[in-house]
Amino acid sequence: MFNPSFKGGVHPPENKKLTEERSIENLSVPHTCFVPVQQHIGKPAIPVVQVGDYVQVGQLIAKADGFISSNIHASIPGKIASITNGPTPASPSGLRIQIETHGNFTSEKTPDKIEWDKLPPKDLLDKVFDAGIAGMGGASFPTHVKLSPPSNVKIDVLIINAAECEPYLTVDDALIKRSYKEIIEGIMITRTILGVKNVIIGVESNKKRSYKTIKEYLKKIGEKNIKISMLKTKYPQGAEKQLIFSLTHRTVPSGGLPMEVGTVVQNIGTCFAIQQAVCYGTPLFERLVTVSGSLINKPGNYKIRIGTTIADIIRECGGLKEQPHKIVMGGPMCGQAVESTDIPIVKGTSGLLFLSKEESSAGRYANCIRCGRCVQACPINLLPFEIAANIEISRPECTERFSPLDCIQCGACSFICPSRRPVSHFVKVAQDYIRSKR
Amino acid sequence: MDQQIYTLSLAPHTKNRQNLPVVMWLVVLSLLPSTVFAVYTFGMHVLLVILTAIFSACAAEYLFRLLLKRELTIFNGSAAITGLLLAMNLPPMVPLWIPAVGSVFAIIIAKELFGGLGHNIFNPALVGRAFLMASWPALMTTKWITFPNGTLFSSSFNAYSVLPKPALDALTGATPLAALKNVPSLAKSFDVHSQYNIYQTLFDTSNFKALAIGNIGGCIGETSALLLLTGALLLLFTRIINWRIPFSYIATFALLIFTYYKLTGFFMPYHALVYHLFSGGLILGAFFMATDMVTSPVTGKGMLIFGAGCGLLTFAIRIWGGYPEGVSYSILLMNAAVPLIDKYCVPKIFGKRKQA
Repeated sequence: MFNPSFKGGVHPPENKKLTEERSIENLSVPHTCFVPVQQHIGKPAIPVVQVGDYVQVGQLIAKADGFISSNIHASIPGKIASITNGPTPASPSGLRIQIETHGNFTSEKTPDKIEWDKLPPKDLLDKVFDAGIAGMGGASFPTHVKLSPPSNVKIDVLIINAAECEPYLTVDDALIKRSYKEIIEGIMITRTILGVKNVIIGVESNKKRSYKTIKEYLKKIGEKNIKISMLKTKYPQGAEKQLIFSLTHRTVPSGGLPMEVGTVVQNIGTCFAIQQAVCYGTPLFERLVTVSGSLINKPGNYKIRIGTTIADIIRECGGLKEQPHKIVMGGPMCGQAVESTDIPIVKGTSGLLFLSKEESSAGRYANCIRCGRCVQACPINLLPFEIAANIEISRPECTERFSPLDCIQCGACSFICPSRRPVSHFVKVAQDYIRSKR
Repeated sequence: MDQQIYTLSLAPHTKNRQNLPVVMWLVVLSLLPSTVFAVYTFGMHVLLVILTAIFSACAAEYLFRLLLKRELTIFNGSAAITGLLLAMNLPPMVPLWIPAVGSVFAIIIAKELFGGLGHNIFNPALVGRAFLMASWPALMTTKWITFPNGTLFSSSFNAYSVLPKPALDALTGATPLAALKNVPSLAKSFDVHSQYNIYQTLFDTSNFKALAIGNIGGCIGETSALLLLTGALLLLFTRIINWRIPFSYIATFALLIFTYYKLTGFFMPYHALVYHLFSGGLILGAFFMATDMVTSPVTGKGMLIFGAGCGLLTFAIRIWGGYPEGVSYSILLMNAAVPLIDKYCVPKIFGKRKQA
């Protein structure tokens, strides 16, 4: 009843029933993959293959350009068919490496597990970097950057984000149920890299089975420094700053990073990827995606190769019941609507939703009635309606005193607005205006 | 290749089901029990008054927006609420042109001229009532319904034959609040024994029962405390209204009124307190009119201040003012203070450092 939480937030309909009980299925390998070189925050990777080259699964095809960047690996074996611009989640015309299936799959054999606890943290970090791991919760920040805080910063808690507060999405839940052992091992590796003792895993109260699974396993192996906490089911519980507050009561300063309060937050899927990378040398070339929404015939939690286009996924998931109004990558609260099915999934794609007009359309919006629900819902305590009102009458310069830059774009204000106003959209406009002035 | 272009928009891609029309019609629904009860107690004329008020409000909004070529917003239910709330603030037997004029004034002057729903500063229904009150005070304060026993109280007042005739007339000819207001000055001219009887009569259990159920004289919508509270519960439960305004309104008012009666050595302060809470428009005002989203503050702290201000003003008007009832004027006055309250109640931004 009194699970830890934060102030504000909303309760969107969960819609997790569609895929909650589905175990993970492998989606068949597509014939063609389009692997974008920009799948993370930072500089795009630089292609290291030529058109016509033959590649193996997991082979490096684009290398990180500098520290804040990420390696990219081939997700299917075959021939590089083209390296051209095309639609990607990050841009309507981003560089993509096209791989056509060719040759054999025999090399896909799991190598022996290495004993990571004998390696120094530096080597472990290098393995994370080599594997091209980027945050798998959606923001896709390169993981090795997060795991190398400046030496003058003292980190004392590692927070594992398994809140999964977005409606529809069930990948974290499904992954915990199947691979909790690997996840805990991944957490231990992450802890070693950071040199931190204490770990807290945050799970929302609507995933009791996952919570119990981890809790019992931790008890069984006698691990006392990893704790798991059941959080109140409320959006955006999984937002970094809100999660840190819920679990530790520490407040990340405005414009600051979690490490300023001695914390690092990792998504639970990322921990799994770290374990795979460190123990088996497997780079990140596939990920779990919740394919859901009312219009897909076979919703589920699928393991999908990065670079698989939405069109291929639709075909593999039994097709669509009717033309969707919106296709959303990620969750419905802060995911991204995409314009075509030629877009490939990337490292940060946690969900793929096919939504009908009734599910996703806000319709026309009306006047603000000053009901104050956006104020109550805002987890950052902003006055979203004031920002929106000023943008609506083209006075972006008047929004600065309402601090739109503190907005985390969680979308709670737009969700709750009875006048159906795109409040968070207006706030984004204000943010862009202020950033452009600086 | 798929040539279909799908809809693009920024997140979120899902919306709360409770949109504007749902909110507005739920408010209407929550007012329905007391409305039906008013028609049942006061008769069919009341139904005509209510329908006239709603119809004129809707028609005024429709025609005004049509004339100005604005988007027609008639179906979002806000005009209907204004009409209904205005009607609930009228005496039952007013001639039908009163609600019509009041509604038109409320919609056009108090709402549309400010820019329509969301831009008005004052609660339109209350502006309408204030306008009627100022223009036709006699009609607005005398058209009460008398019960078969010839008084504004359904209870058996006349059974108290011990009461001197002039005292009885003074008590029963007025609304409950007016009766309460008149009591101290009335009692002065009698001996101690009669004074006691007068208070006993006014604070008789049957009168409290009548106040709770609504079998008592007063405006159309303000009589049945229990049914109003039922509607208010619905609104609280669906989170359409926030508990802060009604809570701080009623708590402040109760505290002040009790302190006042205690300090002035009133005969029966506890009875007077309960009598005050359940009579007049306090419940209607605190739950349905002070909570009007457009004209109340947006922050939690602001709502508490707003409610406290309403409570203070209602107390002042009921005790010292020229009117027996002060709910509507106190809400209107506090409406004017909302921009100021909002300005000083900006919440502290999460993680914001103190200004150096």
